[in-house]
Amino acid sequence: MKADPAGVLTGAHYLDGDFACGEGAMAAGCRFVGGYPITPSTEVVERISRRFPMIGGTFIQMEDELASMAAVVGASWTGTKALTVTSGPGFSLMMENIGLAAMMETPCVVVDVQRGGPSTGLPTMAGQADMMQARWGSHGDYESIALCPQSPQEAFDLMIDAFNLSELYRVPVMFMMDECVGHMTEKVVIPPAEEIEIVPRKLTSRSVGEYLPYYADRQSVPEFARAGDGYRFHTTGLTHDERGYPVMSAECQEKCVRRLVEKIRSNADAIVRFEEFGTEGAEVVLVAYGIAARVTQMGMEIARKRGLKVGMIRLIVAWPFPEKRIRELAGEIKAFVVPEINYGQMVLEVERCAAGKASTVLVPHGGGGVHDPETIAEEILRAAK
Amino acid sequence: MSKPGAAGSKPVTAEAPAGRTEIRITGFGGQGVVLSGYIIGRACAINAEQHATMIQSFGPEARGSACSATLAVSDTEVLYPYIGRPDVFVVMSGEGYEKYHDDLKDDGVLIYEKNLVQPTVKDGQPTYGVPSTRIAESLGRSIVQNIVMLGFFTAVTKLVSREQMREAVKASVPPGTEDLNLKAFDAGCDYFDEEYGQKQSAISGQLSATTGD
Repeated sequence: MKADPAGVLTGAHYLDGDFACGEGAMAAGCRFVGGYPITPSTEVVERISRRFPMIGGTFIQMEDELASMAAVVGASWTGTKALTVTSGPGFSLMMENIGLAAMMETPCVVVDVQRGGPSTGLPTMAGQADMMQARWGSHGDYESIALCPQSPQEAFDLMIDAFNLSELYRVPVMFMMDECVGHMTEKVVIPPAEEIEIVPRKLTSRSVGEYLPYYADRQSVPEFARAGDGYRFHTTGLTHDERGYPVMSAECQEKCVRRLVEKIRSNADAIVRFEEFGTEGAEVVLVAYGIAARVTQMGMEIARKRGLKVGMIRLIVAWPFPEKRIRELAGEIKAFVVPEINYGQMVLEVERCAAGKASTVLVPHGGGGVHDPETIAEEILRAAK
Repeated sequence: MSKPGAAGSKPVTAEAPAGRTEIRITGFGGQGVVLSGYIIGRACAINAEQHATMIQSFGPEARGSACSATLAVSDTEVLYPYIGRPDVFVVMSGEGYEKYHDDLKDDGVLIYEKNLVQPTVKDGQPTYGVPSTRIAESLGRSIVQNIVMLGFFTAVTKLVSREQMREAVKASVPPGTEDLNLKAFDAGCDYFDEEYGQKQSAISGQLSATTGD
């Protein structure tokens, strides 16, 4: 279906990444935001709270991040597209209810505008050190979807995809921005509503007596019934059967968790997204995402001028990870070089998929800024030796 | 280009690509530093088909003391968002001048508020002063000081045409204040024409790589 024109601010704008992210959410059909504003993500909710009254949305400034995430889960069960926005410290506090959303198969989007950490760290400066938290942050087995925009334009574009993926797979989708992308202002083109494809909630066609809230094939997603539509059912964070009632057995746990995992794993090819350039005949392939990808591209250009054959994979979707492509490339190249604004997170995935066939080099940055492209170029040259 | 760090860090080894102009605007919080940067970026990115990335300073410095915005303007995609040694330094307060003037390229253009900043000018440094606060006061509202400065900036650098910048002013100021702001903008342009009209060729040659004029 096409986007509701009410939420789409069609035209060419000059927006920071946070504003663009907020516009993307509204264009995607988001009409509920529960949040506890935190730097550097505050501008996302500033934008939304100013525009929501004009488009029929509800923003609640909650008492904390635990409540924010709980409100989002509740709002989503009314069929409303719901979002929360935070940064590292708040992301940590949201983890419990992100797990609840995963277990209850609640479509929603969580924006984390990453800053330097751990703890309160560097509130106004960039980091990318929550990438593993986006994958493994809540306890128990579940599969995550995480996107990582590298510009305000992409913050808009990918926000639409984030909501669509959350609806398709009934999962909380992690939107992993960083302070630099969030706070930089660039041109953002918002297309007309009729050019924006929206995935609506997959509502059940079954009658009230026949509906089973968690009935689905091994790898698929159950149909949804909104609270208030007359369907009486149970949903819980406890291990549950097709009716949604708790069943404390290994057998039910196996069935329940297996589907949470397989609905993403078996569709990974459809979800994985990356940009690839210059990898044909390359000796070294760079892997980067978010703001680090822009600086990495400069490092690649410097290394190329010095005669090296260098290609690049830019992750657009970080989770699921593009395992297949990294495995293929590992057999063809000498080394992967992975610059990220942390002390080694996505590099672990690259190393796992390279499986010893190509060496893997991390170019770390502790946060508070971005890499010097020259440093990246030097690491490329070293890796090529 | 600059080392890892926010908009204030030291330059790095890699050279800024040709066709890239780096600008820093500074003043005290409340002078409209960030809005000035926003309008310049908007004029370049929306009205002049260039690429423009703006970064504003955050934290306590953005609320009272020396506040800063930086812009990287380029005819190709801006990959590196931060700036190193700016090509143009616009300064509206003494404190901002003290904090950032060392960074300005030796041949970079200095644009300053004549009554608030007493610069020490290096030999061969193109330098342009404007009493933007006085001019704004003469228009009835000192708050439009930044827009007077913006008009002056546009006339000095010719980064985009005056019309393109004017359009960006109109689209960026609060509704109902357009006329006053456009008057302020024109007054800044006029001051340049009156005071520096003859010297204009020197500076237009300097920035022609990016302006194409």
